[in-house]
Amino acid sequence: MLTIAISKGRILKDTLPLLASVGIVPSEDLSVTRKLIIPSVDGHVNLVIIRATDVPTFVEYGAADVGIAGKDVLVEHNSDNLYEPLDLNIARCKLMTAVIKGQGMPAGKIRVATKYVSLAQQYFAQLGRQVEIIKLYGSMELAPIVGLADCIVDLVDTGNTLKANNMEPLDEIMQISSRLVVNKASMKMKHAEIKRLIDQLERVVTERR
Amino acid sequence: MKNKNNWMLPEGIEELLPEDAARLETMRRELLDVFNKWGYQYVITPMVEFLDSLLTGTGPEIDLQTFKVIDQISGKTLGIRADMTPQVARMAMNQIKSNAPTRLCYLGSVLQARGAKIEKSRSPIQVGAELYGSRHIKSDVEIIQLMLEVLATAGLMNVHLDLGHVGIFRGLTKQAGLSEQQEADLFDVLQRKSTDEVEELLQTFDCDKKWVDVFQSLLSLNGDIDVLSTAKDVLSIADESVQKAIGELQDIAILMQANFPSLPLYFDLAELRCYRYQTGVVFAAFVPGFGSEVARGGRYDAMAEELGGEQPATGFSADIKVLSRLSTVNSVEIAPVILAPVDSDPDLYETIRDLRAAGKIVVQQLPDSSDEPAHTSTLYKQDGRWLVSE
Repeated sequence: MLTIAISKGRILKDTLPLLASVGIVPSEDLSVTRKLIIPSVDGHVNLVIIRATDVPTFVEYGAADVGIAGKDVLVEHNSDNLYEPLDLNIARCKLMTAVIKGQGMPAGKIRVATKYVSLAQQYFAQLGRQVEIIKLYGSMELAPIVGLADCIVDLVDTGNTLKANNMEPLDEIMQISSRLVVNKASMKMKHAEIKRLIDQLERVVTERR
Repeated sequence: MKNKNNWMLPEGIEELLPEDAARLETMRRELLDVFNKWGYQYVITPMVEFLDSLLTGTGPEIDLQTFKVIDQISGKTLGIRADMTPQVARMAMNQIKSNAPTRLCYLGSVLQARGAKIEKSRSPIQVGAELYGSRHIKSDVEIIQLMLEVLATAGLMNVHLDLGHVGIFRGLTKQAGLSEQQEADLFDVLQRKSTDEVEELLQTFDCDKKWVDVFQSLLSLNGDIDVLSTAKDVLSIADESVQKAIGELQDIAILMQANFPSLPLYFDLAELRCYRYQTGVVFAAFVPGFGSEVARGGRYDAMAEELGGEQPATGFSADIKVLSRLSTVNSVEIAPVILAPVDSDPDLYETIRDLRAAGKIVVQQLPDSSDEPAHTSTLYKQDGRWLVSE
């Protein structure tokens, strides 16, 4: 019996078809049910549905054997206590800096609004820039408009939200896609099951490319 | 209102109430008995030391984990022990200096500035055993067997053993001509088994295609014992040191299978636990329901050499607080307590003394307390003699 942690929101709509292609189908409709643990139809797997940022924590502690999480969340979580054996190549997007259209990045010390505090800190440190990070949990695009920050660091998919708020992406920080993560102890103690899952997923991912 | 926050403990520091403390103490005594029976001599290492000597032969991780204070007498920086292994190694090299193999064990509180990754405790009680003076894999096997016995004594069931060998990765990076920085970067991504990051990183290295393939293949060299024969094929271009390392793992596996036929063995040739100071076989024990290892160890000849001796060394350690929490042994049996009444009869005192000498627990009621302490029987006087009630 494997427990797989998957995230609500953006990644979920790409995750479910991928899991279905290896025979893991939730026994209830995730968009309707309020349950947080849902067994698969064949009963071999329990799916736990949690916030994206909680996936690495659940897997790290062994509360879930396996999880699916964005690279953004994994880098921000910064854990070397997980295995990350497979790039699932789903929910692709970019982590970028963005500013109000036509303004460019101001000189001197800037204020950066983001939910990726440590990622943003690392990025600007590499550029040798002093920044002040403002942690926000959502609607980053609002921050420059109301004068809360000079720039934002956020995921950019289609860029439509930025456009709608008169902003433009500036520099790419990293490419993001979702990864399969595995608890270290589970990898050893449930090796046959997990290895099978990794191999199956890998085959599907390669076929899709 | 009184501020209850005054009683809060610092993060990762905990206290044990009587029940937990009794459980841990029983386990502590049992484990020391096990070591004693195996011929491992108990040593006590200093709680604080000059930082320089405390950190000799250890990696930067231990430095970060060490609390530092200034010594008012010497003016030097002192470190509070975060790991007793290097201290014990130094004692073996510089104090005991035996030509014959030395077997030492230790048990005590350590303080870790940042705590472990999963177990957030910053004050583990470390227990471990080290064997110095032998390069033979039989000494590694002895340590692994002792570790298993310790876990069995502690009441941990369904233990899985994870085996790896640092010599494989070291041999390969040396042969491929990687720089120290490249080696460290590769180590980092291998620890996370991040396939695409390994691929990306290897592309930036200026090394032969065949080595790129070899390092990538390391990622899938994990699983049951068949992995070792696969490794022989996949790593056939590697030099003798790598072949020898695989051979050592095979020999250990055969010995372990013979002695512990039902023990699940798992091999992972990319697992490089505490890589920076270990040099040979590395191993760890896992139990279901705990997301991290419960005990770990391996061979660390290089550290022993840095400490001034040239003794090879192998050992393991665990946190007895974790063992105590995971133990399936039910809580310590509640021993019967005899309650003695308030009475100044000299005979009563003598009776109590005799009972205690016979190993009974006797608690005497105090005159200013009407509440009786928990007890299972009482002392009462009949015909001028003190008797214990049923």
